[in-house]
Amino acid sequence: MALKSIRQAINEALFQEMRRDPRVVVIGEDVAGGAATAGERDCAGGVFGTTKGLIAEFGEGRVIDTPITESAIMGAAAGAAVAGLRPVAELMFCDFLGVCFDQIFNQAAKFRYMFGGKAKTPLVIRTTIGAGRGSAAQHSQSLYHIFTSIPGLKCVVPSNAYDAKGLLISAIRDDDPVVFCEHKLMYDLQTEVPDEPYRIPFGEASVVREGDDVTIVALSRMVHYSLEAALALAREGIECEIIDPRTTSPLDEETILESLERTGRLLVVDEATPRCGLAVDIAALAADKAFAALKAPPKRVTAPFTPVPFAPSLEKLYIPSPERIAAAVREVVGYRR
Amino acid sequence: MQLSRDTLLKAYRQMSTIRHFEERVQEEFAKGGIPGFVHLYAGEEASAVGTCLHLSAEDHIASTHRGHGHSIAKGCDVERMMLEIFGKKEGLCAGKGGSMHIADLGQGMLGANGIVGGAPPLAVGAALAAKTLGNGSVAVAFTGDGGSSQGTTFEALNLAVVLQLPAIFIFENNEDGESTGWRYAVGSGDIAARVRGFGLPSVKIDGDDFFAVYEAAGEAVARARRGEGPSAIEVETVRFFGHHSGDPQRYRSREDVLKLREERDCIKKFRLRVTAAGLLERAELDAIDRENAALIERAVARARAAPPPEDAALLTDVYLAY
Ligand SMILES: Cc1ncc(C[n+]2csc(CCOP(=O)(O)OP(=O)(O)O)c2C)c(N)n1
Repeated sequence: MALKSIRQAINEALFQEMRRDPRVVVIGEDVAGGAATAGERDCAGGVFGTTKGLIAEFGEGRVIDTPITESAIMGAAAGAAVAGLRPVAELMFCDFLGVCFDQIFNQAAKFRYMFGGKAKTPLVIRTTIGAGRGSAAQHSQSLYHIFTSIPGLKCVVPSNAYDAKGLLISAIRDDDPVVFCEHKLMYDLQTEVPDEPYRIPFGEASVVREGDDVTIVALSRMVHYSLEAALALAREGIECEIIDPRTTSPLDEETILESLERTGRLLVVDEATPRCGLAVDIAALAADKAFAALKAPPKRVTAPFTPVPFAPSLEKLYIPSPERIAAAVREVVGYRR
Repeated sequence: MQLSRDTLLKAYRQMSTIRHFEERVQEEFAKGGIPGFVHLYAGEEASAVGTCLHLSAEDHIASTHRGHGHSIAKGCDVERMMLEIFGKKEGLCAGKGGSMHIADLGQGMLGANGIVGGAPPLAVGAALAAKTLGNGSVAVAFTGDGGSSQGTTFEALNLAVVLQLPAIFIFENNEDGESTGWRYAVGSGDIAARVRGFGLPSVKIDGDDFFAVYEAAGEAVARARRGEGPSAIEVETVRFFGHHSGDPQRYRSREDVLKLREERDCIKKFRLRVTAAGLLERAELDAIDRENAALIERAVARARAAPPPEDAALLTDVYLAY
């Protein structure tokens, strides 16, 4: 096994799936780049470089650069999916969901149920999430909770390269629409990734760290911040169990509940805003199904209920930090009735 | 067309301010200190200035991610723009917006925009307000060649025609959208003609020629003010820098870029024309350049030294914070 970045893992999964199945196509803005310019074709390979090289092997027929036209990209991908392709459509930043939501949630997400079970919509929407690059309010959001809240959509939020590859392959082979959320600050993060294709099933959380004192449920970049916090807390004698759900829909409730039975304490860490988000969802799960085991009220560490600010000092405050996570754990562990 | 000496001087001053601003932002970005990324307008100055010279603070514009030039031309304070780009407390948006969200409602500047195609519907709204209030003002949407294909743009064009609003759509065709050539992305190969299909007058002009922009925009604004409805202008222009600072620009060659600066510089062309015609002296233009260099120097020095927003600002300007 070799060390690979999330960028490489995603790129490799796309290559392997496109080789395996000629119905898999990639469509989006600048997924190759350089169309009708004097310069190099494939000069972008996606603005984050994840689709680099695909056009050389699969050609313009399967690696499709589009105008800036998100509604048509998402709608065309949904239509193509019901008509026999398996499109991987790119939404450059999840914030651009605002331009094309209808085609995703009224169209793609509804087909299967609304048509009485007849439709298969094997569509993957790859998009990017996350603050921390000084990109301000319209390029920094983490909107997976919106996708998660729509029946008919599956939602994947990987935190490392191994998971990214296995989950993307599962997404491409899935017959339902899947939104795949990549954190912009994690593309260079490396883990061991097998060269051959493999699948990670949806709805199976990964226990990233074992511990008996508190259960931390964290997603994406927050998994790493939680690990940092857990290291510091271990020196104080507090052992955190960290669960990465990996997919928010379907959500692996069982792993979270089993852990809560043991620890009796829950902290959910989420880079997204606090209302109607994953943190609320998972806290409600605990209250609903693990009430008897709870020794402390479930606690949430999230971004504040504000847009993402531009100034670096404010943006840093906006994003949950390992320090805030550790402080919240201490509070949960120190709770007395 | 005869422009007064004052108008010519004002036009040159503004174009030169934008150029100095952008060249310097590029330098400062490379040095570090400017967060995020910036999309620079150098090369396109004639478009913003030739249009906005017809507007007052009561008129509105809505801009793009490449919004510094529009902001300066619409009267935004240059020092406070620089402060904003550096993410400082005294910035035009209190350091909360940055380069891509510079806005100054007092100057009728509805904001740069991070969403391609975000501006046209907003400008239509400002035009609707103007028509409903009957205050005689107009609204301008700036959009790129890339943004010209966005659905929101098409919808805004149609609505402006249906409601016969005092709106002007400026399509700045600088040839590329990120790394995609406009000839690929605009299926019909002609933005101005496509727009005409919506039922509004639409012309294509040479954006290197300030006078052509000034004249076309003047007609469009006058039409709108007379209550004769919207119009559109496709401005053929170029951007000297990459899509954003740091763009390796492999969709065009270094030589191509140097050639653009050599052959397609709207400011150079303006200088040649006004000096050759004996309208302005080279010395007075040079003096304006020096003043602008000093202005930008002050702006950068102030922005670098200025304090960031206070931490408490994270939770202000929202109706409710959790
Ligand atoms: C809705 C949306 N889609 C995509 C982007 C990413 N993006 C930012 S600028 C840009 C290219 C815009 O091209 P154009 O409209 O020609 O303006 P230019 O950059 O050339 O000034 C793209 C694709 C975006 N910001 N918003």
